Amino acid sequence: MRKPEKIRNIGIAAHIDHGKTTLSDNLIAGAGMMSEEMAGKQLVLDFDEQEQARGITINAANASMVHEFKGDTYLINLIDTPGHVDFGGDVTRAMRAVDGAIVVVCGVEGIMPQTETVIRQALKERVKPVLFINKVDRLINELKVTPEEMQQRFVKIVTNVNRLIARYAPEEHKKDWQVKIEDGTVAFGSAYHNWAISVPFMKKTGITFKDIYEYNSKEEKSAIRELAKKSPIHEVLLDMVIEHLPSPIVAQKYRIPNIWRGDLESPIGKAMTHADPDGPVAMMVTKIILDPHAGEVAVGRLFSGTIKKGMELRIVGMPKKNRVQQVSFSVGADRVQVEEIVAGNIVSLVGMKDAIAGSTLTSDEDMEAFEEMKHYSEPVVTVALEAKHMKDLPKLVEVLRAVSKADPSIQVQINQETGEHLMSGMGELHLEITIYRIEHEHGVEVKASPPIVVYRESVERNSGAPFEGKSPNKHNRFYIVVEPLEEAVVDAIHEGDIPSDEKIKNPKELAKKLEELGMSREEAKGVKAIRGQNMFLDMTKGIQYLHETMELCIQAFEEVVNRGPLANEKLMGVKVKLMDAKLHEDSIHRGPAQVIPAVRNGIYGAICNGNRILLEPMQKAFIDVPQELMGTVTREMQQRRGTILDIQQDGATSKIIAKAPVAEMFGFAGAIRSVTGGRALWSTENSGFERVPRELQDKIVREIRTRKGLKPEPYDAAYYSE
Amino acid sequence: MLTFVGLGLYGVKDISVRGLEAVRSADIVYLESYTSRLMGSSIKEMEDFFRKKVHPLSRDDVERGREYIEEARERNVVFLTAGDPMVATTHVDLRIEAMKKGIETRVIHGQSIIAAAPGLLGLQAYKFGKTGSIPYPEEGFRPTTPYKVMLDNLKTGLHTLFLLDIKEEGRYMNPAEAVELLLEMGKNLGDETFNDESLVCAISRAGSDEPGIWCGRAKEALRRDFGPPLHCIVVPGNLHFMEEEALEMWMEE
Ligand SMILES: Nc1nc2c(ncn2[C@@H]2O[C@H](COP(=O)(O)OP(=O)(O)O)[C@@H](O)[C@H]2O)c(=O)[nH]1
Repeated sequence: MRKPEKIRNIGIAAHIDHGKTTLSDNLIAGAGMMSEEMAGKQLVLDFDEQEQARGITINAANASMVHEFKGDTYLINLIDTPGHVDFGGDVTRAMRAVDGAIVVVCGVEGIMPQTETVIRQALKERVKPVLFINKVDRLINELKVTPEEMQQRFVKIVTNVNRLIARYAPEEHKKDWQVKIEDGTVAFGSAYHNWAISVPFMKKTGITFKDIYEYNSKEEKSAIRELAKKSPIHEVLLDMVIEHLPSPIVAQKYRIPNIWRGDLESPIGKAMTHADPDGPVAMMVTKIILDPHAGEVAVGRLFSGTIKKGMELRIVGMPKKNRVQQVSFSVGADRVQVEEIVAGNIVSLVGMKDAIAGSTLTSDEDMEAFEEMKHYSEPVVTVALEAKHMKDLPKLVEVLRAVSKADPSIQVQINQETGEHLMSGMGELHLEITIYRIEHEHGVEVKASPPIVVYRESVERNSGAPFEGKSPNKHNRFYIVVEPLEEAVVDAIHEGDIPSDEKIKNPKELAKKLEELGMSREEAKGVKAIRGQNMFLDMTKGIQYLHETMELCIQAFEEVVNRGPLANEKLMGVKVKLMDAKLHEDSIHRGPAQVIPAVRNGIYGAICNGNRILLEPMQKAFIDVPQELMGTVTREMQQRRGTILDIQQDGATSKIIAKAPVAEMFGFAGAIRSVTGGRALWSTENSGFERVPRELQDKIVREIRTRKGLKPEPYDAAYYSE
Repeated sequence: MLTFVGLGLYGVKDISVRGLEAVRSADIVYLESYTSRLMGSSIKEMEDFFRKKVHPLSRDDVERGREYIEEARERNVVFLTAGDPMVATTHVDLRIEAMKKGIETRVIHGQSIIAAAPGLLGLQAYKFGKTGSIPYPEEGFRPTTPYKVMLDNLKTGLHTLFLLDIKEEGRYMNPAEAVELLLEMGKNLGDETFNDESLVCAISRAGSDEPGIWCGRAKEALRRDFGPPLHCIVVPGNLHFMEEEALEMWMEE
């Protein structure tokens, strides 16, 4: 595809079960790249056996389709975005590759929590939405809504979607990205029965609203097939995509400044904003796929230049270049090899050994990396893994490396004491699926421990008088105060509005933002490091030699952030302030071996004085059950330390929204199935960390410490003042 | 009683007679061996010469453990260090801690490099300014203080003695490394006072029968092999003609 103006890169975003998979399959089938028959039998996008078995979409795979519109041929690259919230990281990464998204909303259920999440994720990446209202056949056949009621439902959905767009879209697009039934940025239909309709398509074909009703109301099956022929879903939706979603040429102009901090006037900056095929290569890897034959395949968006087989590309941050062994488009599970691909496309590359999801690939010697993809869903559950057979151990190490490379929301660590591999992920299901893959796709049998919850530590209040941390040689002293970090700041870090875990690039800009969020000017100017959702501030003035030890102070802060004093869990929401320091004049007496323990003890001691608290991850559960089972379900949730947030009645169905600790939600799938006789439809969503009830904290801390081989009681402040 | 005894500069026989008597009459003898080291003798040789068991202490033992202080309440404990026991500042701290605990202490001095270096070079001891130490850089730790100490001394025409880093795993900084680090600090500070052409002196194995004494340009020091440790360097300030004459003795060619 030489002409970027004839390309559309899109994703489909939806709440689970609203029909994303069905729609994707039928679009691909309709676009003629696969026989219709095949698509019926095989779920093209859900090609993972595991995904099919569970009926959920896990990997962001992709497909390239061809569509004729007003006499021109267009290439539409469809990236599949995972639907399950356990895989939030993959969703954001997929959004980076596309310029537009079809938001699918089920006409029966309307806007659901994940609809909001995916719309927000799309808009944050400046991905333009269009709306498809699905399952209209059910409105007509099952719910028997009248045409008026149907229109009211549509208007309600459109209004709600537009409210979300107004809230989350970038300032300049809050208005022009609003979707409207009249202009064809909204379509409705049935993914399952393969038809859809929009106002422009009605005008073009003469099909009316009344016709739709009639086709759907008829008894015989052939009627609906006829509608699918007259108004096929792929025609209507791909027309909508081409007409209303931007080409790379249009989109890259406003997307590049959002995802790349380099000089837009430089040759590479210009080449990217214009999607110039003759410019230097600039590609962002959004996913690593493990292919049984080719090995690791790097998939991503090519923003500028032309990638040819045999080319050597720099992976920003890596010492060596990698050679492109294969260039290809993806079509479902298959890749179609080509000699070269130009800017604006979604590309699959073999040979990029050092790339990971998020890498920047370029032919330019000094190109700056793309902004990190904003992804904060942090792991909340861990299992310990062992190879079942000793001989598999080296292979397990290799496989775990590959798995975490392909899915960055999986983190693997080695427990130095026991030699076990600790694998952390977004939920129980996420880990189960990953273990399944390790065993079935990589052929390594493993023993897994029961899942363990990942906790956080924090402080309750200001720690009062500065706590003195002494160096082992007693010649250096650091005075530390800790307190809870402002909630607005914690949220801003979580949302990616304030970058964490990297060098502070622009202290002035950061200080300004922090002040707006409610920090005092003095503190905002003192921020030296942000790690996780924690900050280190230098509040001292004019202390000689301190700048020479600042890096070491930050290293000590990092150590504490990674291992809190209560149970060696990570810190969250803690503000650490260095108030004063006394340093030895001679630098040899204030090296790392002296300064790091001094600052570390200072922070630990201050945290003790600020009253240590333990936080646990929470999960929201959305459960639909027949009304008569409502009591059973609320009881089940209450037994799991859950609280019921909301109950709505929709006909004979009760919709229950509840919140419970992840620790108590293990085994929920089996339990809910058995108490409701399989009649509950449910999904869960991670919902941040909350304080563990006071009366449970000591017990849980003791359990964690014992599990980690620590002495059961944490140390007190006196211990750290030694 | 806690007795701090300086071992002096190089060999086992550099200890003072009073020091030797203290060691021989001690109940227990500890050796601190990380701030400096007696290069000319092993622990075995010391034990043979002292006719006493010598217990070496690591940095951790000295800084954290400190049981030996309590021990000195009831027994005669000797704490041996290379050089003079009170020149390496950490030990002043030990003495104060012992005194606060009401434990009797005593210091028996040894020869220190602070006095030996000027003597060997022929520089006048009272013309030295603040002493500096040059540490091996580590991640997040690249101090420029040593360079600033030198600048301050030079402003008033004073010489600067630099002690060089010793790592517990047995790495000893040599003058070539030290000069390179000083040049680098200058670069980081945007200062060229100390440059390739600057005069610098090196003393190696002070106190031994064959000490290395050298004087030359910084750029020459970078290429030179100074032989086995320990080493220190001196950046001279204003030179009196007698000093000049002395330094010429150690110049090459
Ligand atoms: N009646 C009807 N069912 C649909 C429609 N679209 C999808 N479904 C069904 O809804 C369920 C969920 O669809 P799926 O495509 O897997 O949803 P996803 O979780 O968003 O990928 C499946 O049982 C589909 O057959 C539709 O338009 N009408």
